[in-house]
Amino acid sequence: MSNINFLKPDRSNLNTFLYLGSFLFFISILDVFLNSFFSLNLTGFLPNFLSFLLPLILGFIGLYFIRIEFSGIKNLDLLNKHINTNNFNAILSLLIIFIIIKSIPPILSWFVIDASFAGDSKDVCTGSGACWTYIKVWIRRFMYGMYPNSEQWRINLSFVALVLLGSVGYFATEKFRKYLTLYYVIIYPLIAFLFIFFFISGGPVFFDFSYGIIAAILSIIIGFFIPSKFKFYYFLIVPIALYVILKYFLFFEEYIELGKLDGLNWVETGAWGGLSLTFIISFFCLIFCFPIGMAFALGRRSEFPLIRYISVGFIEFWRGVPLITVLFMSAVMFPMFLPEDFFIDKLVRAIIAISLFEAAYVAEVIRGGLQALPRGQYEAAKSLGMGYWKMHIFVILPQALKLVIPGIANTFLALVKDTPLIFVVGLLEIVGMLNLAKTNPKWLGFAMEGYVFAAIIFWIICYAMSKYSYNLEQKYKTDR
Amino acid sequence: MNFKLKDIVPQLITVIAVVLVFGFFTYNAQINMENRGIDFGYGFLSQESSFDVQFSLIEYDGSHSYFRAYLVGLLNTILVSVIGIIIATILGVIVGIARLSPNYLINKFAAFYVEFFRNIPLLLQIFFWYFAALRALPLPQDAEAMFGVFFLTIKGLYVPAFIWQNFDIFFYSIIAAIISIIIIRAHAKKVQENQGKQIPVFLISIGLIFILPLLSFLIGGVSLSFEVPVLKQLATTSFIYEGGVSLPPELIALTLSLSLYTATFIAECVRAGIQGVGKGQKEAAASIGLTPNQVLKLVIMPQALRIIIPPTTNQYLNLTKNSSLAAAIAYPDLVLVFAGTALMQTGKAIEIVSITMFTYLTLSISISILMNWYNKKIAIQEK
Repeated sequence: MSNINFLKPDRSNLNTFLYLGSFLFFISILDVFLNSFFSLNLTGFLPNFLSFLLPLILGFIGLYFIRIEFSGIKNLDLLNKHINTNNFNAILSLLIIFIIIKSIPPILSWFVIDASFAGDSKDVCTGSGACWTYIKVWIRRFMYGMYPNSEQWRINLSFVALVLLGSVGYFATEKFRKYLTLYYVIIYPLIAFLFIFFFISGGPVFFDFSYGIIAAILSIIIGFFIPSKFKFYYFLIVPIALYVILKYFLFFEEYIELGKLDGLNWVETGAWGGLSLTFIISFFCLIFCFPIGMAFALGRRSEFPLIRYISVGFIEFWRGVPLITVLFMSAVMFPMFLPEDFFIDKLVRAIIAISLFEAAYVAEVIRGGLQALPRGQYEAAKSLGMGYWKMHIFVILPQALKLVIPGIANTFLALVKDTPLIFVVGLLEIVGMLNLAKTNPKWLGFAMEGYVFAAIIFWIICYAMSKYSYNLEQKYKTDR
Repeated sequence: MNFKLKDIVPQLITVIAVVLVFGFFTYNAQINMENRGIDFGYGFLSQESSFDVQFSLIEYDGSHSYFRAYLVGLLNTILVSVIGIIIATILGVIVGIARLSPNYLINKFAAFYVEFFRNIPLLLQIFFWYFAALRALPLPQDAEAMFGVFFLTIKGLYVPAFIWQNFDIFFYSIIAAIISIIIIRAHAKKVQENQGKQIPVFLISIGLIFILPLLSFLIGGVSLSFEVPVLKQLATTSFIYEGGVSLPPELIALTLSLSLYTATFIAECVRAGIQGVGKGQKEAAASIGLTPNQVLKLVIMPQALRIIIPPTTNQYLNLTKNSSLAAAIAYPDLVLVFAGTALMQTGKAIEIVSITMFTYLTLSISISILMNWYNKKIAIQEK
């Protein structure tokens, strides 16, 4: 305890430095804390400038004093290692601590303390905090758009049913496990499609579109039982023939009318909206963009030059333009390209546009997976006498897709974040509904609450998805 | 023969399918346009546009042509993209490095920033800044000056304008400084390779870049003065700032949200790049006696850049494409001015949408060519 050199804290005077340093550090934190929570200014007697910087200076000196290497106190060493390695880090740490302390009271008071929750009109929102009443009153619009209130159980029921059906994979026994891919790729989308077609819409929304989907899915299912010798010609002819048969011979309009569930009102797609529309669009775009993207990824790696050029052109075109212009195209340009009596619903047009757009990104992701596979896999499959399709379906794609799960998840994340753009074609999902509600003369001035609400919802969805994809990545990393 | 047929048939079918689809579309488009009495052509570009744009880098009013309106939109898009790319890069690099900091607080703070801004749709962020955050700013008459000269108000940011005399001489002096720095660098490299001597290039560069423009002020007759924005009363309750440069709130909201959003992705690229350089590289460099700064500059960064640049290019492209979201808050970019207003007025859907898409394609491709060139330059030159 002899001579203390204040410029060089060391172990010999550990306690002195520790007490002095902690005291200064504590004072600086206390000053900011009191200032921020109770608007007390301990250092008010000092000149303005000094009073403002004093916590930083005191805290810095305090941290400097307790920066003693190998002090022998475990917690102190940890503290030094994590936030107090050198002067620069000490200042940054202090600043971050101050920012956190400073920002807690205003955020807390805005969110909870001064916020109003009760009531159902604008009059209760007199405090300086958020007006959650606004969200409460408008919640149905934010969730379901203009979908009639009395019919919203249809959306809820469909989503619950689809989530339950989607979780089948977790409960499948060993015996059914091998059919899961078939289930998820073909049967589940079909069920989802029927749910939305018959149940949510309750009317002839996806008219022409539905024939094509049914024809494609039926022909793929039957295609599994066709000998591989004829497969090529089968897929050349049958889907189109099936489509024609379905459209012109089998499914007369009366059948569609019959197919409609009795007692369900038709809700046109213009009335759909809110968060449920975000889910519907994301879901359909995901199931459409995946096969299209896969086809173009294979096309880009095809050995036939013409197919390769077409695929490259397709991919680079969609990747080069912004989604908003693609939606513009689907809204104003696409109708010009169709026969006059041929009408496609604008929701369907938006879904097609987003699917094609995302398909290009999916194609690039899948191509990355295909390229990452060692050539031995291809050669081994060929040496077993497998043809192109057999090789890809049974050997290459299962491995490549496993590799690109994180990439696909990222693309899907981008897709979910892109859905608000459909305001371009006049569809209002949650962000669009917020903008609509914001201009309602009875509820002016609550833009902030609305955006914060939507941001929280989106953040939870996207963060959960990114964590899930990270988990999948970790899970499959060990497999190879 | 059979073998060849198998090669040709799939290609032929694909091509026929593509041609059929396109032919079908063109055929329908022709019939539709005939029925509606629209004629196809790009002649409208030279017609008088007769609409006004509120923010423009070049002189423009309603009497100019549609082509000029297109240029206005394009320049505004490029302006937002360039500012956004610069801010996003700086922020992204800082956050990316902070993500690797041994300091727990900084590390978590950066992680929080990345996770927070990355998972909220960009459009929502733009709306938030524009409709909620910037609307809370004071009116022009209540605004307090920042540093005495900047005024941040609900009507935009007002900054002082530079008024140059003999600007060209100043410009040439900077060019001369840059050229001489490049020459000195090349020379220093040669000297170091041949004789092992090190020339303090950095100090010389700094000196040159300051001294030459300074000389232009002293000798060349260059002078610079500022025009500070001044509050002016239009009516009893209506105030504006006169003089200086005003940046509209749309531009501020857009650049802010674009750069905050894209910076998160760039930060992840930077982090991945620096982490991708093997630990052994760092240790090896330290063991041959390089200082930490030299290790970072000569060993880590050149290798990390190779990993960082390709994904960062993608982010630049994304930012440029995302700048089209400007249309949602009425910032007069290409989409709003050309694909919005001009399309409404002329009804030339096919022409205008195709020009817009083609422009974005060109922008994307030119950025990717530029970055590919840079990437190739810094790639490993295998001998």
